[in-house]
Amino acid sequence: MSDAIVPHKADVTHQSDAGTRRARLQYGRWLGRAFESDLFYSFRRSRVTMIAAAVTALFFLVAIFAPFIAVQNPFDPAQLELMNSRIAPLWTADGQAPFLLGTDEQGRDVFSAILYGLRISLAVGVLGVLFSGTLGIALGLIAGYVGGAVDGLIMRIADVQLTFPAILIALLIDGVVKSLFGNRLDAASTLGVLVFAIGLSFWVQYARTVRGSVMIEKNKDYVAAAQLIGLPAPVIMLRHVLPNAMGPILVIATINLALAIITEATLSFLGAGMPDTMPSLGTLIRIGNNYLFSGEWWIVAFPGFVLAALILSINLLGDWLRDALNPKLR
Amino acid sequence: MLAFTLRRAMQAVGVMIAVGIISFSMFRFAGDPVNQMVAIDTSAAQRAEIRKSLGLDDPVVVQFARYFGNAMQFKFGVSYQFRQPVADLLKERMPATLELAICATILAIVFGILMGVYSALRRDTFVTKILQAISLIGISLPTFLIGILLIYLFAVVLGWLPSFGRGDVVQIGWWKTGLLTASGLKALIMPSITLGLFQMTLIMRLVRAEMLEVLRTDYIRFARARGLTTSAIHFGHALKNTLVPVITVTGLQFGSVIAFAIITESVFQWPGMGLLFVQAVQNVDIPIMAAYLLMVSLIFVTINLVVDILYTVVDPRLRATISRPA
Repeated sequence: MSDAIVPHKADVTHQSDAGTRRARLQYGRWLGRAFESDLFYSFRRSRVTMIAAAVTALFFLVAIFAPFIAVQNPFDPAQLELMNSRIAPLWTADGQAPFLLGTDEQGRDVFSAILYGLRISLAVGVLGVLFSGTLGIALGLIAGYVGGAVDGLIMRIADVQLTFPAILIALLIDGVVKSLFGNRLDAASTLGVLVFAIGLSFWVQYARTVRGSVMIEKNKDYVAAAQLIGLPAPVIMLRHVLPNAMGPILVIATINLALAIITEATLSFLGAGMPDTMPSLGTLIRIGNNYLFSGEWWIVAFPGFVLAALILSINLLGDWLRDALNPKLR
Repeated sequence: MLAFTLRRAMQAVGVMIAVGIISFSMFRFAGDPVNQMVAIDTSAAQRAEIRKSLGLDDPVVVQFARYFGNAMQFKFGVSYQFRQPVADLLKERMPATLELAICATILAIVFGILMGVYSALRRDTFVTKILQAISLIGISLPTFLIGILLIYLFAVVLGWLPSFGRGDVVQIGWWKTGLLTASGLKALIMPSITLGLFQMTLIMRLVRAEMLEVLRTDYIRFARARGLTTSAIHFGHALKNTLVPVITVTGLQFGSVIAFAIITESVFQWPGMGLLFVQAVQNVDIPIMAAYLLMVSLIFVTINLVVDILYTVVDPRLRATISRPA
């Protein structure tokens, strides 16, 4: 209160060059707040979490900068040489530079394919989480804020959907959309279909959590005050109620990122996801699985290891976030 | 109690009708059934005749009523790929899926409870840490990776177990079982582990958490004061009280086991309903997809209904909250 009425001495004396200075001050304060927060403290206390965060960050970085790290573009058939097919990893007797992790049947460098595949897996995961999150948060806000029959309808749909495993729903949506387009989809639209199918399979958890928070928050004084000054309902929901429900949403989003990546990999593995011409990690594992018996273990082993490491580190991050944001455990 | 049962049953019927509508719309509107059945050189007149004989010119409501009526008698139409009635295909494949799902569930219950009890009673031992690491892997690793890993280890490197199929089967009535032959049992081992691992970790975590909670309660302390043996306290009192939630979760999860069998069956080429469904998705065989959706939904809804009703029978505390108006 006093801050608002009596201006700080610092603010009065430095009013002349306020522009840049205030920006820097605020930036510094924001960063400082992040470093002094309980969240960052508990992050620094847990070595496992720091390793998991580092691994996740590394995967995101190599995925973003894949074209600069990879020795070839595995999506471009012109760059593949059939002469180079089925070369073993570099450290074995049959290894050949520059194929660090060996090559597959079509002469595709496994290392490059993993980098580009990681890109697709992460893209589908992140976009899927954004889509399901937006959908779930919107429906949860409406259900909780409006209540009544609308609430009943949305939550009944959520209940029914929750009885079915997400992977089954994603498979069905994927199958139906593909049949509507007659199986003539190019790789980029397949990615869109996957995001759509995954998004529609995972919105329920967000909707339920947001609705619960909204039901609690909407009876508080600050919401009544916002209603009194005549703010429209969407503004109250988005600017005032939603920020108070952000903690659990963040936890769900992190865990769902891992789930979305698993779902995409599973769909691609089952042959209902990304095509062989533009493979994700799941597609690479499906291709490599065919060569398990002929001794070319590296085609499946390395994509599988990367996928497992990625999911494990995201899960560990999610577990930590859930515990750190849970006030009961402090 | 009767009112609750009736209301719950009504809900189940409502869900089935909703699923039926979705299944029918897939069947009717996703892709043209006639185009899937005829050759490219079939004339327009012949197409119209087929269309009429299939009843596709009737009003949508009539078609839906007919579809629903047929579905009630397990008539799901003819598969585009196999040119066989879908019902026959499902009937032929169902025993394989059910045997796999039941074996996986038994495996998950037995090992899940054992591991959960052990890790709750001996909290800071080395074995417990290993068990918890296994449970983290079980939750994190995608099912198909676990399957591939097992195949590589036990089929490719060691050569102990077959990597695909059901082995020899014995026909009992219309039920083909793999449980009575040595090769059938051998073929069952890896798929069951793959399918059951997730359930096992779930049960282990649940039993551990429940055990830790129950062990802190007053009646356990009182049992100690009465001088009962440790094993009587742990297994007679503590474990018994953790079993109600375990039974509920296992029951509710049985539906998911059947759904997740899709993945396991694809990895091991297990000739069940899940493999049929995946092939249907790949080849856009809508009648099979629609029928599978209906069958699995029926299993899910029935299990949920039975568990909900049983739960109120088993736990009197819940009955009080149900009879109270919400």
